[in-house]
Amino acid sequence: MNRLVAKNIGIQGRLEPTSLEVEAGTLTCLIGPNGSGKTSLLHAIAGIGTGNGEVRIDGVDPWAAPPSARPRLITYLPASRDVKWPLTASDLIRLGGEADIGPVVTDLELEAFADRRIDQLSTGERTRVLIARALVPRPRVALLDEPVANLDPLWQLKLMRHLRVLASQGGQAVIIAAHDLDLAGRFADRLIVMSRGRIVADGGRDLLESNVIGEVFGVEHRDGAWQPLA
Amino acid sequence: MKTWLALVALLTVSALLSLVLPWQTLGDLLARDRQLGWAVLVELRLPRMLLALTYGAMLGSAGAAVQALFANPLASPDLTGTTSGAALGAVVTAYLLGFSAPIALSLGSVIGALCALLLLLALAGPRAETATLLLAGLAISALAGALTTLALALAPSPFAFYDAYDWLLGSLVDRSLEQAAFAAIPAAVVILLLWRLRGALDSLTLGEEVAQSLGHNVARLRIWVVVLTAIGVGACVAIAGAIGFIGLVAPIFARRLTGGHPGRAIVPAALIGGALLLAADLLVRLAPLGRTLPIGVVTALLGAPFFLWLVVHMRWRLSR
Repeated sequence: MNRLVAKNIGIQGRLEPTSLEVEAGTLTCLIGPNGSGKTSLLHAIAGIGTGNGEVRIDGVDPWAAPPSARPRLITYLPASRDVKWPLTASDLIRLGGEADIGPVVTDLELEAFADRRIDQLSTGERTRVLIARALVPRPRVALLDEPVANLDPLWQLKLMRHLRVLASQGGQAVIIAAHDLDLAGRFADRLIVMSRGRIVADGGRDLLESNVIGEVFGVEHRDGAWQPLA
Repeated sequence: MKTWLALVALLTVSALLSLVLPWQTLGDLLARDRQLGWAVLVELRLPRMLLALTYGAMLGSAGAAVQALFANPLASPDLTGTTSGAALGAVVTAYLLGFSAPIALSLGSVIGALCALLLLLALAGPRAETATLLLAGLAISALAGALTTLALALAPSPFAFYDAYDWLLGSLVDRSLEQAAFAAIPAAVVILLLWRLRGALDSLTLGEEVAQSLGHNVARLRIWVVVLTAIGVGACVAIAGAIGFIGLVAPIFARRLTGGHPGRAIVPAALIGGALLLAADLLVRLAPLGRTLPIGVVTALLGAPFFLWLVVHMRWRLSR
């Protein structure tokens, strides 16, 4: 059975030592208020910064993998859409470590601007290009920080559906951090709720109906929408 | 492939021109006294050509590497104070400590360059904004310049100022083959080692976090770039003084050839930098001024307007 196993990963002052297992073929959504440690958890899994603990993907230590092998094990998309140099979209996707970018360009419908420079694209288009960069090596574990932020409503749905397909048909473990509870509830197999640098709840979509949401976010589902707690 | 051929051809042509121009004096000599003509070619022009080629290449590739590291097109060995630091190191070694052996000068220069770069990292931080980077560079250059003047003023030799004047402004004249080798060999090794970092530097396009997630050790990369740049630039400054603007201009042209990839631009920037310094040196030799201009003055005269254009261009882009 393919899986991601993380033991005692933590980041001083931002994420308490956390252990976690994620099965292949699942779409996991990290939810939690601003500053609750979602990004830190993704960093800790990816081995960014001074991480502690250990991570294994199918028994292999991804942190020890060289740049030639790492992207096929694990990739990471930051929440920032900042790109330092004005490369073309396709060159940028190739930085992901895979020469054949054809399939991912088709999947994310990037044909129209594959040859345009990244600084000439809108933030949403740039987001899709950067997501393509993280998905192009077909990593066993894809860590995506706020992938749907900046996307229009149609693309939010298209992307979430695509991530579901990658998980269920491609056997990849996709872990995203997101703020949209509705999208999370609709597409995720598993929800991990974070608060103050800790995992406070971990379960299926029904978590959204439990009172943990009210405790952590201070909102509740009333009259068909999320509202501040009465 | 075509671009590479064009770049190599450009460099070869500049190198050959540097050997044979001005042709008249050399032609006359070769016709009258073959041996003397050859001596001029091998002992005067060859070292000068080698020095211009490798120093220019070193500045170009160091500029490309530093720009990639700071993710900033205005980072370059001269604007960030590395060359001034190297000059200070060499002056202190030669005039205050009294070591004049080439190896001592090179070491002093490298240490000076290293101190300047470490000070820059401490002042501006690894992810410096353009303004912070330039201000820190300016402060370091000013400090190193003032300390250089102070060192010369305190030097026991009364001729220190006069002695150091030409060298401080950058000079390729009258260096021996051995001296040229003292710059060329470290420069060649450093360029090769910088070239090996191209993949990691390219990945910094996506930011430090992504570079780390792709398996690159960014902290180690930073140390490598700083140490290699200090060694390469320091070794060249020890022999030929401080030469500006090549390290700023060459990488900017080079990135146009690599589709913006900052790491892949290291070798093209070396080729362009070599060709630029050879061209500037030809200008020095062919300019009908009656005396030899310091090469650093020529690169500054040509480079400063380009720098101004760049500043205006960036302001437009930022204000849009």
